[in-house]
Amino acid sequence: MIQADLTVILPEVVLAVYAMLALIVAVYTSKDRLAPTLVWTTGALMALLGLWIMTGPGGTRAAFGGMILDDGFARFAKVAILFSAAAVLVMSQEYMSRRGLLRFEYPLLVTLAAVGMMVMVSASDLMVLYMGLELQSLALYVVAALRRDSVKSTEAGLKYFVLGALSSGLLLYGASLVYGYAGTTLFSGIIQTAQHGSVSVGLLFGLVFLISGMAFKVSAVPFHMWTPDVYEGSPTPVTAFFATAPKVAAMALIARVLHDAFGNAVADWSQVIALLSLLSMFLGAVAAIGQRDIKRLMAYSSIAHMGYALMGLAAGTAFGVQSMLIYMAIYVTMNLGTFAFILMMEKDGKPVTDIRALNMYSKREPGKALAMLILMFSMAGVPPMLGFFGKFYVLRAAYEGGLAWLAIAGVVASVIAAFYYLRIVYYMYFGEEGEELDTHSSPVLWVVLTGAAAMMLLGIVNMFGVEGAAAAAAATLVN
Amino acid sequence: MIGLEHYLTVAATLFVIGIFGLFLNRKNVIILLMSIELMLLAVNINLVSFSSFLGDLVGQVFTLFVLTVAAAEAAIGLAILVCFFRNRGTIAVEDINVMKG
Repeated sequence: MIQADLTVILPEVVLAVYAMLALIVAVYTSKDRLAPTLVWTTGALMALLGLWIMTGPGGTRAAFGGMILDDGFARFAKVAILFSAAAVLVMSQEYMSRRGLLRFEYPLLVTLAAVGMMVMVSASDLMVLYMGLELQSLALYVVAALRRDSVKSTEAGLKYFVLGALSSGLLLYGASLVYGYAGTTLFSGIIQTAQHGSVSVGLLFGLVFLISGMAFKVSAVPFHMWTPDVYEGSPTPVTAFFATAPKVAAMALIARVLHDAFGNAVADWSQVIALLSLLSMFLGAVAAIGQRDIKRLMAYSSIAHMGYALMGLAAGTAFGVQSMLIYMAIYVTMNLGTFAFILMMEKDGKPVTDIRALNMYSKREPGKALAMLILMFSMAGVPPMLGFFGKFYVLRAAYEGGLAWLAIAGVVASVIAAFYYLRIVYYMYFGEEGEELDTHSSPVLWVVLTGAAAMMLLGIVNMFGVEGAAAAAAATLVN
Repeated sequence: MIGLEHYLTVAATLFVIGIFGLFLNRKNVIILLMSIELMLLAVNINLVSFSSFLGDLVGQVFTLFVLTVAAAEAAIGLAILVCFFRNRGTIAVEDINVMKG
């Protein structure tokens, strides 16, 4: 019995045991000198686990009395989480080593955060949901403040901690209300309570609190205040991590809760999600226009992208979930490429984040500038790139779900947002001659940047099979 | 007779006090940590009273998890706060303003 349960969560167990063993080994041996090795081992382990989950047996398996569910949806999210976390780790090694930032705790905290995210996406019970979310959040608070001697980094950590704790509190209050009014913490039990007529007021209150707690984690407006500051203050590789894996996990968690626990009350939450989506898209598009710091700009950009992903969910259909998964997969790839570019921006060995430093970048580095151009076009949703298809899918889902107004608003917001993506391109190709950035280049970052850009172009053939996988994943979630 | 609704009212009041403490407090980050703790404890009252009302133990198990996590959260919060104090020399809330959001 227990063996069967443990088999279901074997990937999580492997990662957690690895993290704890590596922590002990590193403490008792050479500490930070072991860090680069640990980064690469962790990255390799995560990629291997991702492949294992991807090629493993299909079907739906429940463990621990239905508290943990390993279905196609969870596996899709887990693969995305593991691959993006592994990519961020290998991207950060060289950058952090050169600046003396690479502590052995870094890869292990990222591993623990990844374990938390994997638990989150396969949670089928409010308790498991909370434990996974906290494991992820606690590890993330620490990595945000990784640069202990910098005011900005510790301030980012502090802000993230306070607002993150507030969001956990909201989520937990919602969980307690849902437990009280449904009489159970199991999603399978909650959905049955919702079946008898309409949802009770208590349950509805609980749902609203749950949604606001989770909206914090995906930084949807009006719960986005922490995002720009945390993105700016954290070390750039950590920012890259924040922008990718945790977003996938939190978005998958929202989909899981809404469909598995409240799938019978679509009308009750669809409007809430639509509102969050609308506000996020517009705030992300408008507030980024005045930003000069590329990390803050990426923060607003990610807020806007979360708005689009939520648009898919607001439709409340299987196709909506599928479009959300496709959007997140594309979003993660674009962000990895863009952050690889940002990690290479430096002057005299110091990181630069002002976008005006990119003036006439194309003259000195035509290859990288071209890759960045493709990524920016893709982010803006210009047709031949993959980013356009991501937007197309969510817009179609919203339209078919009866939210035509939201789809129209999405198109308007994407036109506004195109301005600041294209401005970066403008600086790179038509800007004035200014102070030049170093032509430093690391092979790993270069591979990630060009790889992501190439995927944006080549993916239009068949999306590397993501479309089919997302459809299968969505079908296991929404029946 | 004290019923479920009384417990829920107490918990809701404490929760709201916690949220107000988080937003209105301009003095000290330690007070933020206390407010967060207050919110989590309000949730615990909620869970225990529901658990007793429903005659179901799951709520109390949940409470134990919440208590454990709250302890870990406070530890991490204080650790980050100590780092911040070393760099900045103050823990006043209005001094957390190097980056403008």
